[in-house]
Amino acid sequence: MKFPLSWLRAHLETEAPLAEILAVLNRIGLEVEGVEDRGASLAAFRIARVVEAVQHPNADRLRALKVDAGDGRLISVVCGAPNARTGLVGVLAMPGDHIPGTGITLKVGEIRGVKSEGMMCSARELGLGDDHTGIIDLPEDAPVGASYVRYASMDDPVIEISVTPNRGDALSVHGVARDLAAAGLGRLKPLVPSAIAAAYPAPLHWEIADPRACDYVLGRAVRGVRNGPAPAWIRDWLLAIGLRPINALVDVTNLFTYGLGRPLHVFDVAKVQGRTLTMRMARPGESLAALNGKTYALTDQDGIIADAAGPEALGGIIGGTHSGCDETTTEVFIECALFDPVRIALSGRRHDIRTDARARFERGVDPALPAVALDLATALIQELCGGEASEVSAAGTEPAWQRDATLRFERLAGLGGAEVPADEAVGILERLGFAVKTRDAAQVTVAVPSWRNDIAAKGALDQAPSIPAERARAAAEGCAAVEPEADLVEEVLRIRGLDTIPAVSLPVARIVPPPALTPKQARAVLARRVLAARGMLDCVGFGFLEQKSAALFGETPDALRLVNPIAADLDQMRPTPVASLALAAARNAARGWPDVALSELGAAYRDPSPTGQLQVAAGLRAGHTPRHWAEASRPVDAMDAKGDALAVLAALGVPMAAVTVTTDAPGFYHPGRSGVLRQGPKVVLATFGELHPKVRAALDLSGPAVAFEVFLDAIPEPKRRRKGAPDLPAFQPLRRDFAFLVDEAVTAEAVLRAARGADKALVADVALFDRYAGDKLPVGKVSLGVQVTLQPREATLTDAQIEAVAEKIVAAVTKATGASLRG
Amino acid sequence: MSETTNPGEEFAALEAETAAQLAAAADLRAWDAVRVGTLGKSGTLTGLLKGLGQVPAEQRKERGAALNQLKGRLEGLIERRRTALEEAALEARLRAERMDVTLPPRPHAPAGDGGIHPISRTMEELIALFGAQGFAVAEGPDIESDWLNFSALNIPEHHPARQDHDTFYLPAGADGRRPVLRTHTSPVQARTMLTQAPPIRVIVPGRTWRADHDATHSPMFHQVEGLVIDRGITLGHLKGCLIDFLRAFFAISDLPVRFRASYFPFTEPSMEVDIGWNRRTGELGKGGDWLEILGSGMVHPRVLANCGIDPREWQGFAFGMGIERITMLKHGMPDLRPFYESDLRWLRHWATDPLAPPSLAEGI
Repeated sequence: MKFPLSWLRAHLETEAPLAEILAVLNRIGLEVEGVEDRGASLAAFRIARVVEAVQHPNADRLRALKVDAGDGRLISVVCGAPNARTGLVGVLAMPGDHIPGTGITLKVGEIRGVKSEGMMCSARELGLGDDHTGIIDLPEDAPVGASYVRYASMDDPVIEISVTPNRGDALSVHGVARDLAAAGLGRLKPLVPSAIAAAYPAPLHWEIADPRACDYVLGRAVRGVRNGPAPAWIRDWLLAIGLRPINALVDVTNLFTYGLGRPLHVFDVAKVQGRTLTMRMARPGESLAALNGKTYALTDQDGIIADAAGPEALGGIIGGTHSGCDETTTEVFIECALFDPVRIALSGRRHDIRTDARARFERGVDPALPAVALDLATALIQELCGGEASEVSAAGTEPAWQRDATLRFERLAGLGGAEVPADEAVGILERLGFAVKTRDAAQVTVAVPSWRNDIAAKGALDQAPSIPAERARAAAEGCAAVEPEADLVEEVLRIRGLDTIPAVSLPVARIVPPPALTPKQARAVLARRVLAARGMLDCVGFGFLEQKSAALFGETPDALRLVNPIAADLDQMRPTPVASLALAAARNAARGWPDVALSELGAAYRDPSPTGQLQVAAGLRAGHTPRHWAEASRPVDAMDAKGDALAVLAALGVPMAAVTVTTDAPGFYHPGRSGVLRQGPKVVLATFGELHPKVRAALDLSGPAVAFEVFLDAIPEPKRRRKGAPDLPAFQPLRRDFAFLVDEAVTAEAVLRAARGADKALVADVALFDRYAGDKLPVGKVSLGVQVTLQPREATLTDAQIEAVAEKIVAAVTKATGASLRG
Repeated sequence: MSETTNPGEEFAALEAETAAQLAAAADLRAWDAVRVGTLGKSGTLTGLLKGLGQVPAEQRKERGAALNQLKGRLEGLIERRRTALEEAALEARLRAERMDVTLPPRPHAPAGDGGIHPISRTMEELIALFGAQGFAVAEGPDIESDWLNFSALNIPEHHPARQDHDTFYLPAGADGRRPVLRTHTSPVQARTMLTQAPPIRVIVPGRTWRADHDATHSPMFHQVEGLVIDRGITLGHLKGCLIDFLRAFFAISDLPVRFRASYFPFTEPSMEVDIGWNRRTGELGKGGDWLEILGSGMVHPRVLANCGIDPREWQGFAFGMGIERITMLKHGMPDLRPFYESDLRWLRHWATDPLAPPSLAEGI
């Protein structure tokens, strides 16, 4: 919402300077978006007189001027405007002046051999309109040497505010003025209704054929009007807010839209077919050629204004070209109606029409204003265009808008935290237009003004069906009781200024608060830290990506495909964060950084239900480990990913002994180099492995790449058990090495598990220290070097006992895996 | 292939022969020999095509068309075999590359300079600072019902505020309603109020989504929501809570904080919060300019009632702010887009040490 300061002053009697007005607007919730001060930006342009205009010696279309700048100098100017003539009074720009319409800064020039020391400007060059047919042509008596913008009353600062959706009333200069007056910035000038003498019966009649199309409408004709340009004050105001003046009758409607927040429409009576204007829903097949030059195919959900020939306007949104007013109009019919905000919003959205009228009707227009506004508009039209007024034609009834609201004064402190004297609170409400009905020491009951549909508003609750009926009823009653009061508290505090409320630190029940995170939430934070500590860079990836890429990593159900993606490559919710990381690795490789270790704590989407959105700690390593003198570089491999996954599980309290590996990892992994980490047969804790060559090829990841995902939701919450006493045997442990020859199909885990289980009392630890497969062994065989730690507890072991346990270990491993001891 | 052979039979025989040769080709090299033998310069099909010139003109058109069809079929056969052989080769390779995944991994991770993303870091800081004020962390899903995202929060179907949200929708479910990608973390307010009896004191850091993509908007971004429901909580507490947070977060003990009246459907009274800064230099805390940083207000009675809480008994406040925004301001980060790019160089530059998580004792 934009308005020039002079327009505001037409509604607000105030001495306040601009800066104070802006500060108050911000304070009371009418946020200032910007101020355009042309008095400042166009200050340099002066009024000048052309003393001499002669034909340019070397150019047919140019003239050489001598211009009196008003300071005693005669400036020579080369000018191409057809209206440049001796005696013309216009606007002069001098070297160094910035020309807003062209964006250039003027310099002294020479045009075909004639010096040009300045420029006579057109309205467009000054950014003051579209006119470029000639230079500005001022009256003879315009003061030469004076500032043009001041002379033309265009040194008027234009304020732009953003109006929140609840404040339809503030989409008007009058409404803004009312708020400012309430905030102590002056006095609101009341609207003084004019008495209109009705000279003849209304030539057109209203009919509301469908109450959905319109609630209430008034109209009045003025005949014998002479339409033409509106006077300068109206055109200047409209230009200042970016509207194009059209003719007096149309400009008056815009003046009321912005000035009073009361959109009007004017019909040319001569162009209306029949004597009745009907408010009805459109019929299929009907269309409207609208004033914006477009034609709209209407639906039976659009409320229209129709004459005998068909739709003449999309009610409350836009008028039609057919019956609009132009310079030939001699009899005008002014429409002043009320429309249903929801219907306006839906129609406007359906046809994507954004008009000033729609913006106001969909927020709600003052239901008590039509009669006053119609009289004011009639009077203004008669003043500007002459003519005599008809009687008023009406249909429907003014909707009931009267409501009361009660404020208990103690709630200003109880809800708002501010000690506000009752008189001050009541004063603010009264200045905002609330009328006191009853008041005592504890509370005041006020009548809500017609223009504030946001206060004590009607409208149903939308309670969750899961709430028990008794509780739902109590909550609904509570809401009905306190909502209007909260509205009033907000009004008082808003106008008074929220900065007057003392800030109070939030009281805490205990100075040392309980943990902010649940154990489950803390695990997620820890997982991220573990991975970062393992050299991975924590990433944040989009949760959606291109369906084609997502499909490389799992199911891409339609239920997880966006209906309205913002870009074709962001349309599918990802099946795993690994997908985002793989794309990121490819991007890094393309930039010359093929070696990456990336992790993300993010969501994997399986279905749209809350349980179908899994929290996953994922990671991806690509390329090679760093080159270093002490450690050779090598390609990353599946064991790196397994190590990452196990590190997360270990940090999160999963007992490592309980974790088993199966080889049924998802299809985006290399089938022979991937695994699933499980706890028991059912719980899948994690997956890991090398990326499938096809996936790498599809993503242009040429080097090795391994990944893992840990499903945080699947990890059982560790039981909070106190640790037992540590095991600190008195005897030294013994370590024995074994080399087992096994089929290559035998897993290391099988060998280790068998060795571990061979003698639970003595075997304290089993570790794989060597794995060899090569030409020293029979084909298909692998040698596994296992170190077993024996921990005696009763006494030092004898050689015979050691021999016996070693035999037990070999026997157990052989039995479980078919291994033989390597010689 | 004699001149007397019926062309149909002749072509069928060639097709069968090629198919047999292809079937016999066990690897890509053998396959290539068949391809050259058929489609190559002196291949069987090429020979037939060359011979077309000698065919009497009246038969040429028909035979030419038939030959072309044959060519298409042969090319199809050859291509299918290549795909099959490549698949088989890949299968063989994958089988040969099989490793024992039960092997214990190496005791240490590969060396690398890991670190925590600035968004994660800010979330941890938020948790520490609001945790100190007695807040717990609440969470909710990214894909929400429109009731939780809008209706519960007093944004009914046709409310203009719904249009301002640029919502992403997913296909309608069994109930006919389209789930949304939550446009703010506020639905977790409703989730919390529906599952937890007051008093409530939660923050909700999390992912949010809006269909807006330019230099200053990302279709996915992060917010933190705060909700306090208790007895006797006022706007004064909201101001205190936010001032305490902002000054600690930005580590400026006298950071100017301004409160302006505003409107949000889910709060009343509502206010926007500005902090003092220097527009020209970007320096926070001084300079006389104001920068809007978050929205807040007293929880609207309708929101309480929609969630089954009697607003005569309970009241409180809510606030929401953009995590990227406060992160960028705190660290002077100029551009939003790299946050989600996972560019190694950017991550290394802005990441923080995982071994130095935010701690009130050590300073945030």
